Amino acid sequence: MSSSASPPPVPTAPGFGDSLDYVTIRVGEQLLGLPIGRVQDVFIANRITIVPRAPDEIVGLLNLRGRIVTAICLRKRLGRPVTLKLDGQGRPELTAIGIDHDGEAYALIVDAVGEVIRLDRSTFEPLPVHLDRVWAALATGIHRLADELLVVLDLDAVLDLDLRSAA
Amino acid sequence: MDELLQEFLTETGENLDTVDRELVRFEQDPNDRDILRNIFRLVHTVKGTCGFIGLPRLEALTHAAESVIGQFRDGATVNSIAVTAILETIDRIKDILAELAEKGQEPEGNDETLIGELFALAEYAKGELKQQPSAPDSVLDPVAAYLARHGQVAASPASVEDVVFRSAPGPQRGRDGRIEGNETGAATEEAQSPSRSGGPATLRVNVDTIEHLMTMVSELVLTRNQLLEVARRQEDAGLKAPLQRLSLITAELQDGVMKTRMQPIGNAWSKLPRIVRDLSAELGKRIELLTDGAETELDRQILDLIKDPLIHMVRNCADHAIELPADRREAGKPDHGTIRLAAYHEGGSVTISIADDGRGLDIDRIRRKAVAKGLATEAELEKLSDAQISRFIFHPGFSTADNVTAVSGRGVGMDVVKANVDSIGGTVDVASRPGLGTTIIIKIPLTLAIISALIVVAGEDRYAIPQIAVRELVRAKAGDENRIEEINGAPVLRLRGRLLPIVSLPGLMACPGGEQARRADGEGFIVVTQIGERQFGILVDSVFHTEEIVVKPMSSKLRHIHLFSGNTILGDGTVVLIVDPNGVARLVGAAASENTENEPRETAAEVHRGERTTMLVFRAGAGNLQALPLSLVTRLEEIEAGEFQRSGSRTLLHYRDRLVPVTPVADTRLRSEGIQPLVIVSNGDLTVALAVEAIVDIVEDSFELEMAAAGERGIIGSAMIRGRATDILDLAHYLPLNEPGWFAAGRSAEPSGRILLVEPSDFLRDMLTPVLKASGRIIAALADFSAASLAAAGEPIMSALLDLDRDSDAAFAFATALRERAKGERLRILGLTTCATPDLHMRAAQAGFDDILAKFDRRALLSELNAAGTDLRHAA
Repeated sequence: MSSSASPPPVPTAPGFGDSLDYVTIRVGEQLLGLPIGRVQDVFIANRITIVPRAPDEIVGLLNLRGRIVTAICLRKRLGRPVTLKLDGQGRPELTAIGIDHDGEAYALIVDAVGEVIRLDRSTFEPLPVHLDRVWAALATGIHRLADELLVVLDLDAVLDLDLRSAA
Repeated sequence: MDELLQEFLTETGENLDTVDRELVRFEQDPNDRDILRNIFRLVHTVKGTCGFIGLPRLEALTHAAESVIGQFRDGATVNSIAVTAILETIDRIKDILAELAEKGQEPEGNDETLIGELFALAEYAKGELKQQPSAPDSVLDPVAAYLARHGQVAASPASVEDVVFRSAPGPQRGRDGRIEGNETGAATEEAQSPSRSGGPATLRVNVDTIEHLMTMVSELVLTRNQLLEVARRQEDAGLKAPLQRLSLITAELQDGVMKTRMQPIGNAWSKLPRIVRDLSAELGKRIELLTDGAETELDRQILDLIKDPLIHMVRNCADHAIELPADRREAGKPDHGTIRLAAYHEGGSVTISIADDGRGLDIDRIRRKAVAKGLATEAELEKLSDAQISRFIFHPGFSTADNVTAVSGRGVGMDVVKANVDSIGGTVDVASRPGLGTTIIIKIPLTLAIISALIVVAGEDRYAIPQIAVRELVRAKAGDENRIEEINGAPVLRLRGRLLPIVSLPGLMACPGGEQARRADGEGFIVVTQIGERQFGILVDSVFHTEEIVVKPMSSKLRHIHLFSGNTILGDGTVVLIVDPNGVARLVGAAASENTENEPRETAAEVHRGERTTMLVFRAGAGNLQALPLSLVTRLEEIEAGEFQRSGSRTLLHYRDRLVPVTPVADTRLRSEGIQPLVIVSNGDLTVALAVEAIVDIVEDSFELEMAAAGERGIIGSAMIRGRATDILDLAHYLPLNEPGWFAAGRSAEPSGRILLVEPSDFLRDMLTPVLKASGRIIAALADFSAASLAAAGEPIMSALLDLDRDSDAAFAFATALRERAKGERLRILGLTTCATPDLHMRAAQAGFDDILAKFDRRALLSELNAAGTDLRHAA
């Protein structure tokens, strides 16, 4: 409940002015960016309820401060093999990004969360045409950073599991 | 929208509903001045508010209606013409209100005719009142005009007798045999009167506010549960007392908030009297609606969900169940039919019953319809009780109405009702006595928000099973009276002399493919669950306790999994899924096909999803299990071995006026004495009796056929049936194909030409081929349409049998191509399907199919092919 009660602090519309704010995450080696306005929480979960017969992308259900959150595996979504990280007691350790979508709470399970960065609009470029179709469907564009590239994810597309047919 | 207007709309809507209801009541009982006063007050309020907000059209209408009602109040005769006119006015007002709600302003329009009519009626009533002490031969023009407009001939001016007659307490309806009805009417009236006269102080609260409150209370309940869990682990006396108090207060708060969401079920009924009144007029029947327990309270959410089903069922009663007055008289029943609606609380749930005294369900017709729709076979129906057969009315698309009327009978009805009730975890049942009436009983939970649930363990996870579905808990132990046994791999439980099918929850929840090791020791906890009349047991690893849980809806991404109705957070913070017993029951029904859907993933390439086939499993000597599609079997017989006649090396049986060869299957030894089980297979005029050691079972499942090695005779291959390797009998081997003289006489003189069979299932192809071959046809059996197009390009084809289940589009395209190539030559194209829908029929007809046959209907198949042959000969 609390996550929805406290709105993100700053004006959130991405593309406000000339700079864009992103929460950076990593899946494998790839750096990805989520528009900060959409990110509600970043949290670590180590208890998850598996849902039998659920679509592959859905890892399970999490309890985030009394709210039931559907966890979606970003790795799976991006067509990467899934690796499980375990904590000291052999329980899975999931790094999750809390997102609200259509009034429902979701958690995007990622490999790692980096810092929040502000990038200039001038470094933004459209997707290269030969990008993998799955990726192309889920990303909106790319930022050129000094030493690497940041792929900007389209959260609505990521959470729209029906888009899988594009894969 | 204007807040004031919003308020006005809600309030007026409620008021009008009440007027609707009260008017109908008043018409039946014109002497009740209380009702009249109430109506007058309500209409007056509406009128007042309209004037206040500035809605001239509404004001004029209500004013006119009020003036008529005012005359009634002053003692004028109440007649149905006036009531109809007022009801019409209310409808008009409702229309205007609806538009008002949408656009925020009164729509343009002219109500002069209606208003004029109302004033005329009021005038007439006034005149009548004036002259009532003297002779009432007054001016009747307005009524005459009204009657003329409604297509009725105005009778001569109402005589004194008429007026007196009408003002007498409802003599037309008669008091004969209705004493009880009047009593209940009086009782409900009494119950309602306090609320009508002022009533307790109320406050209109926005639904959202209450919903929010409810959510907060739910969270509080969860937190309390968490605290209790913590306290259980810590022995701290200082914590115990306040916690106890918190627990109590939370429970009370929860109750209180739940109450604010509760509404009397009468709210859902409010439209019914009007509907019944209109229907009786429309259908020319006389129907009385009695309600009982309108004050029974239900959660708002549930109330909304059952409102439409209730209306639907009452419509059904009025339309189908209640007979015309003449028919009723003939049956010795009073002219007017009665629909009795009752609601009452019963152990944490609400029971609603809708009873009529109509003709009752026509069991025979339902039986015929069930067979015609392919829901059950005659043989299956024979085993069912009438009560079970009546339950077919809840099947989708099932309507026994001969005529589709405007009111009902379009085959969407009871199934929708059932679906609605199912969706809120309720149950529907029907009881009917021919000639005496039908009662439908609906049981629904009080609320959906907080339920009591049994927490169980399956594997490593916990699940919640709603208590409402749980009948009892049984602990099964090997060697005990309650033990789990298996019939050919399907677990069952002996429970008080009955067999209960068992579903393993760990098995259901296990990831696809990984079939959980079934408990071989026959031990475990069984949650006996009841859905409608069906009982089944859910086998779980262990049972915790019963807990009040707050139901949270499933995420929209998971809602398609019928196994779960929601999820919740337990005291320790774990998210737990709520098992939906309805979903389990549904899944179990289809479990066989689901399993095979999952299995192929492991051995991907060569296997495919099997079609469901009903197989007869029997033992054929030396413990060897064999099976044969039941569709190929004509009868099962047990014959005294003494009846066999031996002639040379052959054994014959005099069976139904014919001599039939008896052939032992595989290693079966023909008995020389005692009872010999026989499987009778006939194919056109050809009949053989296959002697088997014992009939084991009839199994409906889908199978993966492993082809037999070339050397093996008598079997096509083998399949896993109920977890056991079973050989599939090759009928062709046992049909005396090599003895043409033996049966050629009965066969059509010439083969009806080359047949193309396209059937992707190896299994079916192999089963159908011998049947077709045995009847002397040349056959090309192919697995897919691309291969088929090649084959079709060669020799001409007389008949094509095409599978429509796997890829109907390809089949249609292929059929169209065949038709084109045939260029008007005789060609019969038949579709084979396991599930013939009207839509499929239509599309098939468009694609040039001659007909569609059920896949296992061998008789129909052969007769169709023979028809093709005859056609051919006629053409030649």
